Amino acid sequence: MTSKRAVVTGIGVVTPLGNSLEVFWNNLIEGKSGVGPITRFDTKGYDSTIAAEVKDFNPKDFIDHKEARRMDRFTHFALAATAMAVENAGLDIDRINRERSAVILGTGVGGLQTLEDQHKVMLDKGPGRVSPLFIPMMIANMGAGQIAIKYGLRGCNVTTTSACASSTNAVGEAFRLIQRGQADVVISGGAEAPVTPLAVAGFCSMKALSTHNDDPAGASRPFDAGRDGFVIGEGSVILVLEEMEHALARGANILAEITGYGTSCDAYHITAPDPEGAGAALAMRMALQDAGIQPAGIDYINAHGTSTPLGDKLETVAIKEVFGRHAYKMAVSSTKSMTGHLLGAAGGLEAAVCVLSINRGIIPPTINLETPDPDCDLDYVPNTARKAEIAVALTNSFGFGGHNATLIFERFNLERTAAERVL
Amino acid sequence: MSAVFNRVKEIIVEQLGVEPEEVKLEASFVDDLGADSLDIVELIMALEEEFDLQIPDEDAEKIRKVGEVIKYIEERK
Repeated sequence: MTSKRAVVTGIGVVTPLGNSLEVFWNNLIEGKSGVGPITRFDTKGYDSTIAAEVKDFNPKDFIDHKEARRMDRFTHFALAATAMAVENAGLDIDRINRERSAVILGTGVGGLQTLEDQHKVMLDKGPGRVSPLFIPMMIANMGAGQIAIKYGLRGCNVTTTSACASSTNAVGEAFRLIQRGQADVVISGGAEAPVTPLAVAGFCSMKALSTHNDDPAGASRPFDAGRDGFVIGEGSVILVLEEMEHALARGANILAEITGYGTSCDAYHITAPDPEGAGAALAMRMALQDAGIQPAGIDYINAHGTSTPLGDKLETVAIKEVFGRHAYKMAVSSTKSMTGHLLGAAGGLEAAVCVLSINRGIIPPTINLETPDPDCDLDYVPNTARKAEIAVALTNSFGFGGHNATLIFERFNLERTAAERVL
Repeated sequence: MSAVFNRVKEIIVEQLGVEPEEVKLEASFVDDLGADSLDIVELIMALEEEFDLQIPDEDAEKIRKVGEVIKYIEERK
């Protein structure tokens, strides 16, 4: 059985850089930062007091009052981004086979704010006051569940959890589902709402977060010598993936094709990356092989690039290991310099950036890249977006636990064969 | 309308997302106000808090209409 082809036909975003596709994209290519002081709670006593928060977001623009009360913030983001993605795809939900329509969403944790709120209720008022909605609001799979309920999508519905690789794995598994012929349409991507007192405290204790509190816009500085940790972010980016013939039959605007997925584990340490970047390199190699593309065929990498001292260095090592001399010829940028790190939603966002870069011929920059680090010596598209013909883009995501996931997107070409791509 | 009714109405409007004029004494929580089992439990908890009452499960199960809640609370105030 030959495998089916999967294309991206719609994108919806709720991000620190904007809650519509055009605002988000314009801010990205203008090199704007979405980072600011944390407004969601009092940060007294915290080492890191900054975050890339979603701004001007009212769930009631997308969800009715009663339903919104019964959802965590991460689910609000997921439903809003899905509504925009479905609209962007021009998908008429009444005309699709809902039994062949799936949802595969990634999230690192799920309803953290709900968990914290209800734990406080239990401590203050006793177990009898814990909300009956606590469990359904908190559980990590409820974003995917609520999307299915809203649109009546009765096919496969699962949630992938691999920390900061969660939504890259989600999109990869969605791709596989379509390849196997088991779905026509998959709503995929990720959602996360981790700007909460407990989560930020935990990341602070790990010394994982940037403490450039006096310069929020300059705090996320991937590959720069002055980087000192990531900036926590929140939001949801959703992609509509479709089986190619299904998209063509309804005359959809195909934004790009997804052609490769690789996923691996360092099997090394709970939080530190493999010191040789072996797991990351393995994921990239698996994705290249899956797509049938030689390393020299990649034009752009949207790096994981979180702005941690070790992570950026070892991603660079892994890229050089896989790509050899071509590593210095292609563009590698980290949009986390602008969006912050959306954790389990980061992979969905960065998959969307790859699709848009291909579609619009512009590579968003790595901002705040001012002082070179000798360990990070690739072309990171510093500070200014670059016009470029991007035929093939790759995105990496790595998560605590040693999870690695890589996706490859290509400009859509009906006549594509893997052999043509081998250079 | 009693003070109790107004306070109950406010809670119902907030939790069930209905219009104030829908909250009539004869309105059924499930059939008229669209509540499900989770809503009912949450509503009972909110009423217990608001009126500083304990409503045992066996009593809560008998309450189906807005008027029954008002009567139950007024009898115990």
